[in-house]
Amino acid sequence: MALKILNALIAIIGGIGGAMIIFYILNKLVESVGGKWEDRLKPWAFAGPAILAIGVYLIYPAVVTIQYSFANETSTAYVGFKNYTDILTDSNFLQVLFNNLLWIIIVPAMCVILGLGVATLADRLKPRGEKLSKTIIFLPMAISMVGAATIWRAIYEYQPVGTPQTGLLNAMREWFGRDPVFWYGVEKLHFNSILLMIIFIWTQVGYSMVLLSAAIKAVPEDTVEAGRIDGAGEKRIFFSIILPQVWGTVLTVFITVLIGVMKIFDIVYVTTNGGFNTDVIGRRFYNELFTNGNAGYASAIVVLLMIAIIPVLVYQVRHFRAEEANR
Amino acid sequence: MTTAIQPGTGTPAEDPQILKISKEGENAGKASWAVKIGLSVLCFLWLMPVLGLLINSFRTRDAQFSSGWWSIIKNPFDSTVWTLNNYTQVLGDNASGTNMGKAFINSFIVTVPATVIPILIAAFAAYAFTFMEWRGRDIMFIIIVALLVVPNQVALVPLLKLYGTLGMNNTFAAVWLAHIGFGMPLAVYILRNYMAGLPKAVIESAKIDGASHFTTFWKLIIPMSTPALASFAIFQFLWVWNDLLVALIFLGRGDNTILTVALQGLQGQTGQGRELIPAAGFVTIIVPILVFLSLQRFFIRGMTSGAVKG
Repeated sequence: MALKILNALIAIIGGIGGAMIIFYILNKLVESVGGKWEDRLKPWAFAGPAILAIGVYLIYPAVVTIQYSFANETSTAYVGFKNYTDILTDSNFLQVLFNNLLWIIIVPAMCVILGLGVATLADRLKPRGEKLSKTIIFLPMAISMVGAATIWRAIYEYQPVGTPQTGLLNAMREWFGRDPVFWYGVEKLHFNSILLMIIFIWTQVGYSMVLLSAAIKAVPEDTVEAGRIDGAGEKRIFFSIILPQVWGTVLTVFITVLIGVMKIFDIVYVTTNGGFNTDVIGRRFYNELFTNGNAGYASAIVVLLMIAIIPVLVYQVRHFRAEEANR
Repeated sequence: MTTAIQPGTGTPAEDPQILKISKEGENAGKASWAVKIGLSVLCFLWLMPVLGLLINSFRTRDAQFSSGWWSIIKNPFDSTVWTLNNYTQVLGDNASGTNMGKAFINSFIVTVPATVIPILIAAFAAYAFTFMEWRGRDIMFIIIVALLVVPNQVALVPLLKLYGTLGMNNTFAAVWLAHIGFGMPLAVYILRNYMAGLPKAVIESAKIDGASHFTTFWKLIIPMSTPALASFAIFQFLWVWNDLLVALIFLGRGDNTILTVALQGLQGQTGQGRELIPAAGFVTIIVPILVFLSLQRFFIRGMTSGAVKG
């Protein structure tokens, strides 16, 4: 243990010190060149290490992943489109895609709606009450998905009939004289998936609330006042005056939660491990890579995920460009 | 707070109040009773699962399995149900085979370098993206913006193989480097957006005084950028501490396992050690909660600067 801590200390000191020395040396080297080339090379001395990290850990592996997706389990021979045709004709995988689609349809929208609701209502409290309630709603953001899944056992847990129920939902059923239910096994109408989504939404509403709250507070008061003078009710003011002005933030929140949902892994892995028809792309990917040791399949799944993320990516870049233009 | 960030732009704004979690709006104090009660109920429901975990973590094995956590309302002072045993057990070697004390230290070992090291690298890059003119700069930054939304899964298969050939699987260095790489786009993005909002005049006058880029960076830009450095640090800390996938793949369940992976492993317990799950859960979530509560404003600053992590 002491050795480990020592190791970590060396990593911190070595990492930071090493980085400092590298930048110092790079800078000196570039300065020694002098003249025109100094100006040309200096940006690369400054930005080079970061670009290298991104290249090695994101861009290069992404390209290799595409390559692997056309190869066999051990990535030793090309198999053409076999992985893709296998996946897309596998009814199991189509079900996985459908589950992911459910997450995508339900979760981001719910996060926005709940966040917007809490932000609007908490705005009317006195500052102390507002701060307290917001901190409480915001708190689960700090909790890992594994932690959240553990916490929600207090609500969802199931014990066999005849033994005391330790999960709140099943205890409530018992108070009404009903038999306990193994919630994670209820596949009807994807009820179990929805229970998992609730855990995820619980961790994300705070994020949505904080962003939307800041946006709502930034809405110029005179626009609201003008609406009031024209005789608009609270509802009308919210939907016709406030909402259009915070729409940009609504989109930002939606996109951020959407990305989180598209690659969702932890919650499903910890609670059901993909059983009872709750599987999603992220967990299936892990399963193919690790349990089945099929790098070809796993890569093909990731490539599909990449393709699905392209519209989000395009939006993100456009949004950034528009913001830069306003700067 | 003297500077603030407009939602979405990441530039320091004139309105210093926007970031305060409870700026008094025009509507402050206008809540009807229905709103107050509704919000109170919501807040209670929101905290209830955490409360359940916390209560159970201090109850004996017998108490945990003979009644639900809510039953303590009936007689909260019945000393036979309360115990610290779960914590002393779970933090050391125990029957479940999961030592959360060890995992706790491992979590720190993974998280601290993976949080601190990328900051310096990203700060230099952000400086180059903001204050230097060079060919390829804009396209390079667009690529970084695009990479913000790309899930880490795209990198895992080749990295696993690469680490395999290098014999790096299950080492801390493997996870440190992975988190440095995965966190880099966000780090550069946050810092560059912040630096772009710094007053240009200060940098210009430093240049006129004959300061080199290197000196300007250290003496001027880094001290001025502390709020942005702090927001990235807290983001990355929470992200790395709470990560399951990267740790599961590159660090596994051996001696170097971290809290999230250990807690996940414990979930499967049905016999011995099952009573330790709530305590283990609490051990896992307490550090990020404390960090989060004490540094909330930096976290919010990072969020409102439009930070997304894929």
